Amino acid sequence: MKLLEYQAKQIFGKFGIPTPRSYIVESSKEAEDSANKLGGSAAIKAQLPVGGRGKAGGILFANTPSEAAEAASSLLGSKMKDLEIRKVLIEEKLDIEDELYLGVVVDRRNKSYVVLASSEGGVDIEEVAVKTPEKIVRHVVDPLHGLRSYHALWIAKQLGYSGRKMSALADIVGKLYKVAVEMDAELTEINPLAEIADGFMAADARLNIDNNALFRHRDLAETFQWSESLELSEREQEAGELGLTYVELDGNIGVIGNGAGLTMATIDTVTLHGGKPANFLDLGGGASPKRIESGVSFVLSDPRVSALFVNVLGGITRCDDTARGIIEARRRAPLEKPIVVRMMGTNEEEGKKLLEEAGIDTLDTMEDAAERVVALVGGS
Amino acid sequence: MVKFINEDTQVLVQGITGIQGRFHTKLMLEYGTKIVAGVTPGRGEQEVDGIPVYDTIAEAQEKHALDASIIFVPAPYALDASLEAIEARLDPVAVITEGIPVRDSIDILARAGLGDTTIVGPNTPGLIKPGMSKLGIMPAQVFREGSVGIVSRSGTLFYEIAAQITRVGLGQSTCIGIGGDPIVGLDFIDVLQWFEENNETEIIALIGEIGGDAEERAAEFIGQGGLTKPVAAYIAGRAAVPGKRMGHAGAIIQGSAGTAQSKIEALEKAGVVVGERPGDVARILMRMT
Repeated sequence: MKLLEYQAKQIFGKFGIPTPRSYIVESSKEAEDSANKLGGSAAIKAQLPVGGRGKAGGILFANTPSEAAEAASSLLGSKMKDLEIRKVLIEEKLDIEDELYLGVVVDRRNKSYVVLASSEGGVDIEEVAVKTPEKIVRHVVDPLHGLRSYHALWIAKQLGYSGRKMSALADIVGKLYKVAVEMDAELTEINPLAEIADGFMAADARLNIDNNALFRHRDLAETFQWSESLELSEREQEAGELGLTYVELDGNIGVIGNGAGLTMATIDTVTLHGGKPANFLDLGGGASPKRIESGVSFVLSDPRVSALFVNVLGGITRCDDTARGIIEARRRAPLEKPIVVRMMGTNEEEGKKLLEEAGIDTLDTMEDAAERVVALVGGS
Repeated sequence: MVKFINEDTQVLVQGITGIQGRFHTKLMLEYGTKIVAGVTPGRGEQEVDGIPVYDTIAEAQEKHALDASIIFVPAPYALDASLEAIEARLDPVAVITEGIPVRDSIDILARAGLGDTTIVGPNTPGLIKPGMSKLGIMPAQVFREGSVGIVSRSGTLFYEIAAQITRVGLGQSTCIGIGGDPIVGLDFIDVLQWFEENNETEIIALIGEIGGDAEERAAEFIGQGGLTKPVAAYIAGRAAVPGKRMGHAGAIIQGSAGTAQSKIEALEKAGVVVGERPGDVARILMRMT
């Protein structure tokens, strides 16, 4: 779950990380009032969960409240990377001396968190990592100790600071780590961290929360809902409400499997045979006929889908249950679309017999079934 | 040190009274796994399939000699269940639960590291020694005793490839699902190292997927001579879209990292034969024997 800049900054603020004064608004009138309160000049920043907003023209500057109103009205309602801008952040302009990068990320390799810091802020950190890796300071956290004060000081020193500024920076490093752990962040980032006359300030903020940990952050449910509506397509949101694991793709062959790996492999095999999958739908383990029916109906109802491929490996999921779910969904579907089924495993014979009686194609291997479904939509 | 199971391993089932726990306890018993006790807090003194249930592991240990544990408890409680198993010195611990927060997995693995406990998973189908014992949820009918060691991040894709390996007549020695989460205990290298020393394993199937760099690291390990037995591989997610999570929490291409292409190239460079389709793995292994 990706939070927006203003949401992340609110959370940073609660943890004591200095952030600029700002107001979140949805109209140019509010933008004007906010700029007034900030003393006239302001930064106007589009609130979208995408990187590179500055380059894409999503961050504007105003010297007067009326300029702020103009900037806000040009951004609000317009689109960036296919997403509509619905809110803008009106923020005080900072007198920036230098720009740093600071991040805390889940480190899959070391099975912990890693703190990343760099004197090269305000640019894409992945680029810095490739071009000048020596400019990135890394500290892998020992999860049993956490990030202690001396680790944070070491990081601040590595960036070349001493005295009061070193202490101020180390304090922010420690707090950002706290944000990462207490908010269950997969990634949290301040880029740039602005160095100003008397310290530092988070000029931007990113906070991506682990979806599996949302149950610990129910107080943010509304925030999450709003962020999700920006991140997912309508069909993906609908699928989420039905409890289906669904990703929208841009082809015309519906793909349903059980298990993430098998479903991914099915998509790859269809693609390899020249077909274009319309979606990824993983039924998960032990799917009931009801769940299978709901998944099949959902994909068949997609107007882009002209044929469906169901690939089920019966372990806990039973092939006869799968067959019943498919048959029921087809019976209810308003349009007749061809369905190709490949099933193997628990109660395979019974499932195949049911499908055969219903006039639905079954094949023995994933490869043959993929070939068949691609041929049905007119080949590659 | 990696610790696996054998026919004498005495197994505890945590979360034995839940739907999944009950179902798989029955299947594991049928397969020959020596399950001796179960734990579900608040359900002590019940029985599941004749197996006594306790409220805590400490109580179960008063009555039984326990070696290993398999965990089915829901994600919000999996941290405590895992730490309880680690404190009780059970080894290995297979964490089947899907949806555990990454922060909890980090804690579990850090504590496990102190006592050198082998954690399989989380979000894993577990492990199986065909014909002998299983500490997991895989459908037994697709496996047969043989010489292929399988290591996989996914579940059903692993069963698919195992079924084909069985069908061509090779069978499997030991199979391990390492789990579909971003952070897991046992990883490819641990298992490959174990396969290298395991006499029953002659050839290896490695089943990976997009996200992270576990496959690239495995390739590096193989390329440096850590593994001398031949390997066939399959990587799922060639057609995946960057930035989208493909079912598994760990199956996501982030920026330019974690693509199928990068994994395939690394493995091929290390001398691993990578199949284009899942069905290719069994065919490649046949040629290797």
